[in-house]
Amino acid sequence: MPYEAVIGLEIHVQIKTRTKMFSAAPYQYGAAPNTLTDAVVLGLPGTLPVLNYAAIEKCAKLGLMLGCEIAEVCKWDRKNYFYPDSPKNYQLTQNEEPLCIGGKVEIELPGPSRNVEGDHRWVTLNRIHLEEDPGKLTHEAFETVIDFNRAGAPLAEIVTEPDMSSSTEAVAFLNCLRNMIVYAGISDCDMEKGQFRCDANVSLRPVGTNKLGTRTEMKNLNSISNVKAAIEYEIDRQTEVLKKGGSITQETRRWDVESSSSFPLRSKEEAHDYRYFPDPDLMPVQMDRSRIKELEAELPEPPLDKQRRYQESFKLPFTLTSVLCVNRELCEFFEEALQTHQAPRQIANYISNDLLRELSAASDSGDCALDVGQCKLTPSHIATLVKIIDEGIISKQIGKEVFNEMFVTGEMPDAIVEKKGLKQSNDIDEIEALCREAIAGNAKAVAQYKEGNVKALNALKGPVMKATRGQANPAMLDGLLKKMIDEG
Amino acid sequence: MSDLHFKTITELAAMLAAGEITSVAITQAVIDRTAAVDAQVKAFLSSDPKDALSQAKASDERRIAGKSLGPLDGIPIGIKDTLAVKDQPLRCASKMLENYVSPFDATCIAKLRKAGVVIWGRLNMDEFAMGSSTENSAYQTTCNPWNLETIPGGSSGGSAAAMAAGEAIATIGTDTGGSIRQPAALCGVVGMKPTYGLISRYGLVAFASSLDQVGPFARTVEDAALLMEAMLSKDPLDSTSIAPQGETNYAAALKEKMGPWKLGVPQEFFAEGIDPEVKTNIEKAIDWYKSQGCEIVDISLPHSELAVPVYYIVATAEASSNLARFDGVRYGHRSDEAKDAMTLFTKSRGEGFGDEVKRRIILGTYVLSSGYYDAYYLRAQKVRRRILGDFEKAFEQVDAILTPTSPTPAFKRGERADDPLAMYLSDVFTISVNLAGLPAISIPSGFTESGLPIGLQVIGKAFGEADMFAIANAFEQSHGYYKMMPAL
Repeated sequence: MPYEAVIGLEIHVQIKTRTKMFSAAPYQYGAAPNTLTDAVVLGLPGTLPVLNYAAIEKCAKLGLMLGCEIAEVCKWDRKNYFYPDSPKNYQLTQNEEPLCIGGKVEIELPGPSRNVEGDHRWVTLNRIHLEEDPGKLTHEAFETVIDFNRAGAPLAEIVTEPDMSSSTEAVAFLNCLRNMIVYAGISDCDMEKGQFRCDANVSLRPVGTNKLGTRTEMKNLNSISNVKAAIEYEIDRQTEVLKKGGSITQETRRWDVESSSSFPLRSKEEAHDYRYFPDPDLMPVQMDRSRIKELEAELPEPPLDKQRRYQESFKLPFTLTSVLCVNRELCEFFEEALQTHQAPRQIANYISNDLLRELSAASDSGDCALDVGQCKLTPSHIATLVKIIDEGIISKQIGKEVFNEMFVTGEMPDAIVEKKGLKQSNDIDEIEALCREAIAGNAKAVAQYKEGNVKALNALKGPVMKATRGQANPAMLDGLLKKMIDEG
Repeated sequence: MSDLHFKTITELAAMLAAGEITSVAITQAVIDRTAAVDAQVKAFLSSDPKDALSQAKASDERRIAGKSLGPLDGIPIGIKDTLAVKDQPLRCASKMLENYVSPFDATCIAKLRKAGVVIWGRLNMDEFAMGSSTENSAYQTTCNPWNLETIPGGSSGGSAAAMAAGEAIATIGTDTGGSIRQPAALCGVVGMKPTYGLISRYGLVAFASSLDQVGPFARTVEDAALLMEAMLSKDPLDSTSIAPQGETNYAAALKEKMGPWKLGVPQEFFAEGIDPEVKTNIEKAIDWYKSQGCEIVDISLPHSELAVPVYYIVATAEASSNLARFDGVRYGHRSDEAKDAMTLFTKSRGEGFGDEVKRRIILGTYVLSSGYYDAYYLRAQKVRRRILGDFEKAFEQVDAILTPTSPTPAFKRGERADDPLAMYLSDVFTISVNLAGLPAISIPSGFTESGLPIGLQVIGKAFGEADMFAIANAFEQSHGYYKMMPAL
């Protein structure tokens, strides 16, 4: 009996705010241990939580972006469990009524090859709720140390429906979701910094049936490749068990990166009773509908909508949109360049090929390209470059040279052309004279061209270009050569 | 100058203003009185006479410079051990916090300091405010100054006993189910619990967050009114605090509000379980109001019989979660026996908490458990709303409600120590007020034949403190029980 996998994901996203969810203590990644705490974060006797409205608004914004319904009232529950990383031994979360209800995320599956766009589909969400991050435990040889810096950082938990059927879909979902969140400035979603964490629920069922099988939950998936590997491992493991006539135990499993395998962490029977109840320290907050409208208006165009628009309005191919549209800064750079010169295809080409190549080469490590904001080029640089090429002031060939120069110096392309004397030559007499020399000097190429080999003309163009230092107008040169040979 | 320690704030403020006395002299008198009687009363867990005198000295300097902060400037006031005072022990009369020193002031303490109060000593209580006799202190049993064989009530027994014995000019306590009013009644002093939200809970070590309130003990209603005025605030650090509404110049209003009032008497409070002497005493007090032209209205609070069970569900549920933070990880008692995280929790808590605290944590954990939540906690919250509904209905007809504060006068030490249910019934008349979030005050209304004080409770409308004070003040000023002092 063939089985199909049913996958649901829970994603914890650290919301980018200046201070923590319930206190004025600042939050940032990488500070010295236990320096970003205060009496509230440490749960000292007598302290009370105070809401950070910025976190609520950012989470509402996330929900609006993902098509969720925003709750009328923002309420808080206590999730009670004892663990040393939890200063109060309860976590403030939203169990009963999440801030964002429902929602869906458009995903783009990989195409048959890198240059070909894959299918799109929607993954439905169950909910998004807010909660506070616990601290971080580090187990050392003879002791465990706790860093409470992270404790109380605002976390949005995005819960999908069991709506995916392969690791490929799960990975596509995570990539698309991450793009959208980064786009909207809600989180940087750096998985290495724990800003984007994923738990995966996996179950199997016979193909063609609807009833969900017993699921297992995989924790500790801190990279997209881990999510992929863990889901695939779990599908294989469950398939083996079922094929042997066994049954799946509902349990939480821990993914171990070292061994590329997972181990049971606790079974259903050992699951915590979290004794949820409404937090009596925080008053429910009425969500202001007019403020929600404002937040909605601030939302950026989702990346896949942008991609569609670029393809339709600007006739950009997928090979360009797939590079541009994953990066909001690049898109803004591109669209600003269009204000100076309406040549979408050529500008997009310069950005996604030349600019990105140089940004990557310019970074120290090589594996992490510089941001477009970190280089000396402005949209106007690229637009002007394309413009002077289109106007015949310089050739495409010279354009590459000008690009490299302006990337290093930040000078405007027209200034570089002026300074270095790179203007295209339209001096018909000079070019004609040079053509005559070239024809005279290469009878073989002339003969080949006459026989119908158009490429042979290149051998004649070479010396002309060399003599004009590449500045001869290529169209003029091409026309003259053909005319002279035909007439000659 | 003799008996300074038995004077009222108003009397002392006038003497200070007239330059007849200094704050240092008052503070010294209180220190001397404490040294003389506290070996018998055992109201204080700790005190720092040097620190108090230096605060008094600063107050005197302010006054000489013409910068007096008002009637409370220079008045020594004792603080219940559950309120945080910067750099002072905050033990909640528990072994769990034996060596804990608070790094910050509770908001109400900060407000008192702004009014110039001399913060004086740490007052005994039932451990974590759980109890009605102060016998649950991990450190000592406080005695009722009117009869050292009897208990002072609880949980703010130290605050009430210190007041009655002249060991402070006023004291501050907390009231979750009667913890200010019941000991005030048993010790023959004024004790008042404000409308929920009127005084910030920031810095009050939470027992039951939705019920806990800070309030004053004083010799007179006017003194209590002055302390209330100083402490109320909408505090950004406490989301449940509420901006004061209506008349808040309580002390000034005492002289303006002369009645006559419509006063409700709930028949349910005079039925079973009430001591005959108490019953007669309160009926006499009601007759007095009638004789003054007040209309006495028979009212019904039909759900009040459910107040005690509802209270012991709601309060213990919240307590089980609030007290989870005491785990030996960050502060407080840490067991030497611990071998891992789990035994650190269980051993530290097992050793640090007393029996009553454990009993309530277990009860609260049980009522929140999965499968029991709906039957206990949720249902209790529904009944709680009905209890509030009863009061709201009654207040459509009356300005305030008169009841006995406690069904019995002070009982003998140890008499109910082994019978938690009998102990819980000590608060049968006070608990429903907390569940409804209303203000109430207990004032001395006479003595039993054996010389034990009896207290009359005046329950006000939400934010109706001004009327409640005025009604209490009228009785107090015509009877003058506050001038009676215990012989020690």
